[in-house]
Amino acid sequence: MYTKFRKLLILFFCWVLALPVMAQADTTQKVEMADGLRANGKIYVVVLVLVTILAGVMFYVIRLDRKIGKLEKELK
Amino acid sequence: MLRQTWWKILCVLLLAYTVIAGFLGTVPAKPIVNETIRNLYFHVAMWMAMMVFLSVSVVYAILYLRKPSHVYDIYSLEYAKVGIVFGTLGIITGSEWAGFTWGAFWSNDPKQLGAVIAMLIYYAYLVFRNGIPDIDKRARLGAVYNIFAFAMLFPTIWILPRMVESLHPGGMGGNPAFNDLDPRMALVWVAGAIPGWTLLGIWIATLRIRLALVEEKKYSNRP
Repeated sequence: MYTKFRKLLILFFCWVLALPVMAQADTTQKVEMADGLRANGKIYVVVLVLVTILAGVMFYVIRLDRKIGKLEKELK
Repeated sequence: MLRQTWWKILCVLLLAYTVIAGFLGTVPAKPIVNETIRNLYFHVAMWMAMMVFLSVSVVYAILYLRKPSHVYDIYSLEYAKVGIVFGTLGIITGSEWAGFTWGAFWSNDPKQLGAVIAMLIYYAYLVFRNGIPDIDKRARLGAVYNIFAFAMLFPTIWILPRMVESLHPGGMGGNPAFNDLDPRMALVWVAGAIPGWTLLGIWIATLRIRLALVEEKKYSNRP
């Protein structure tokens, strides 16, 4: 039962990793994208901001997790 | 599961991957949506995660009705709450996205209306529960309501919007933007955004569950 589940999990991840292979060339007409933004390197600013926010939220959740863990220990 | 660490680390890694690959990865160039196609990793992920939480919630509601244990009720309630938070964020982010692509923040699209109805049903779940002072009765009636609310989710957000014309993908006519998900995006979507946001919600729900269990213990220990 367990090995079967593991096999399925490995199969799933193989499929996920194979997804980009199915990418096909874009033949659609020229659509304006934020290529300039990327060329100027400014998209990295957005990524930086989001990673910062994520780090802050994660830090907060981890702190909360620890605090509740402590509370549980006290009550035991 | 409740107090293990590995899946929390996985959650942080997957969300970091989602945010980084979500912005730096290549996406297909499509008219109107342009770069906002990346909202798939954030806006749509809210709904996927919400479905998971509300499904877990209804499972615990059924478990409660089979064997009335207060712990099941706590699980059911906290997963419903986190599902409501994610669903509400889904509506807000969807409206923001629509404002810059469909031309209006609110256009009474069938799926927008369906999502609002579904959310109102779940808000009513919380109000309904709190209106019952007796805790056993509250848990039992809450569990019954939860099952009906879950049953209403499917017509309101999955079925009805697809039977009429909708700006959302999947409706008759309407939006062709996402009919075939680009494989490069599928990787971030399936391996990053869905599991990442879902794990974050589960994390928050388990924290609240632990807090509720601690509170209960405190009161039961009282002389």
